[in-house]
Amino acid sequence: MQQPPDKVRQILSAEQVARCLEDLASQIANRWAKRKELALVGVHKRGVPFSRRLADLLTTKYGKSVVLGTVDITQYRDDLFTLAEVPKLEGSDIGFDVEDAVVILCDEVIYTGRTTRAALEELLDFGRPACVELAVLVNRPGRELPIHPDYIGAQVAEGDLKPDERVSVRFVESDGWDEVFIRKLPTQPV
Amino acid sequence: MKPRKDLLDIASLTDEEIEFVLSNAVPFKDLFKRSVKKVPTLRGRSVLTLFYEPSTRTRSSFEVAANRLSADVTNFDVESSSVVKGESVVDTVETLEAMRVDYIVVRHKQSGTPNLIARSTRASVINAGDGWHAHPTQALLDAFTLREKLKDIRGARVVIVGDIQHSRVARSTSLLLRRLGAQVAYLAPGSLMPRDLPPDVTTFHSWDDVLTNFRPDVVYLLRVQMERQGEQFFPSLGEYHKLFGLTDARLQVLRERKLWLMHPGPVNRGVEITDAGMNYERSLINEQVENGIAVRMSVLYWLRPGAE
Repeated sequence: MQQPPDKVRQILSAEQVARCLEDLASQIANRWAKRKELALVGVHKRGVPFSRRLADLLTTKYGKSVVLGTVDITQYRDDLFTLAEVPKLEGSDIGFDVEDAVVILCDEVIYTGRTTRAALEELLDFGRPACVELAVLVNRPGRELPIHPDYIGAQVAEGDLKPDERVSVRFVESDGWDEVFIRKLPTQPV
Repeated sequence: MKPRKDLLDIASLTDEEIEFVLSNAVPFKDLFKRSVKKVPTLRGRSVLTLFYEPSTRTRSSFEVAANRLSADVTNFDVESSSVVKGESVVDTVETLEAMRVDYIVVRHKQSGTPNLIARSTRASVINAGDGWHAHPTQALLDAFTLREKLKDIRGARVVIVGDIQHSRVARSTSLLLRRLGAQVAYLAPGSLMPRDLPPDVTTFHSWDDVLTNFRPDVVYLLRVQMERQGEQFFPSLGEYHKLFGLTDARLQVLRERKLWLMHPGPVNRGVEITDAGMNYERSLINEQVENGIAVRMSVLYWLRPGAE
């Protein structure tokens, strides 16, 4: 397993990531015990493998019928004009009918809540779902908008992070291994 | 990708920038299938179209593109403005600068006018056609359209037919397609063939010759510019049609060989194309129009006022 050079310390090992995913799937299955059809929408980029993992568990373990989608929120960002680089667009792929669907947005980490705000706005441009919920692997403090996840895999507390530290998630599908760790932001040149 | 301030021609774009604009146009085109065809990307920004030459298609295409990005669009009506009273381009731009416009889409009969405007404003300037010089968004939409059909433009054989000499479309599209690896040929009467030809372009003077010896995959017809009729570049429209138009007989060859057909519009039926040609099943003319919106959205998304 590669060690990212900016890694400070591990929060969740691969086994712990797996346990969090199991736990999340069971929370979702309990909440929607009476409903068979669910839609999971992953937010680019690591929300996508996150949503696929949850979907696998929900189908195999709980017999749910899950449709998948992805959203790339770039066109909905509120900070585009402040970025030094214009992001390449990945595109969104919502291949199912959003109308009256139960949609669970999946993102690996929730921090300021701005990504979720953008993802929600984009999702609603596809149609009018019956309801939208939010699942995150890691909940960390620092919210700048009134948004709260419905399903939380792991919690990082206020005191666990220094101001220059961020939570990072790795998945086998996108990175080759499963892990949640804290990394240090590069120091800004003076 | 670093944002650029202006899009003035194809020549100044890097390969990476071309790829960036073309690949981002794909998700923009996907928006057209949604129930809400609009994204908030340019909310609060303003786009102004400044057309010193008449154009309905290009102007509307930019308007639709800007609207779908949630920008506010204003048409600067040159016909009824002080321009007809003799105001210079630079003075007009100073006025627009005071209005704090973010993007200016300009078309002008004089080559180089968009560059002049770009130097005197912090707004992003997009060249929507200047004289015989360039029409970069047309070239980008042509390349995008072909890429959708051929997957890879490398090795594709494209013949551009018509008034090459006076065509900025021919210049920009030919340049871009060659940079993307296509082989380009020109078919035109001698009087409409440019004298300075790029070394990698082959020239032909008859359809038979080009169809037999170049064997194109794509036939790109140019509009016969009716306004040039008085200039004696060809004897008559009927003569042009007979010699260089896509007659029904030539269309039959395209159909047998399954060649793609393109045209930047607007078409002159009965001159460069016939009614049957307009209904040809492998005509990409309508797709060029649709793709033009996606590509222009992609360009607006990339450019940034005051960049560099």
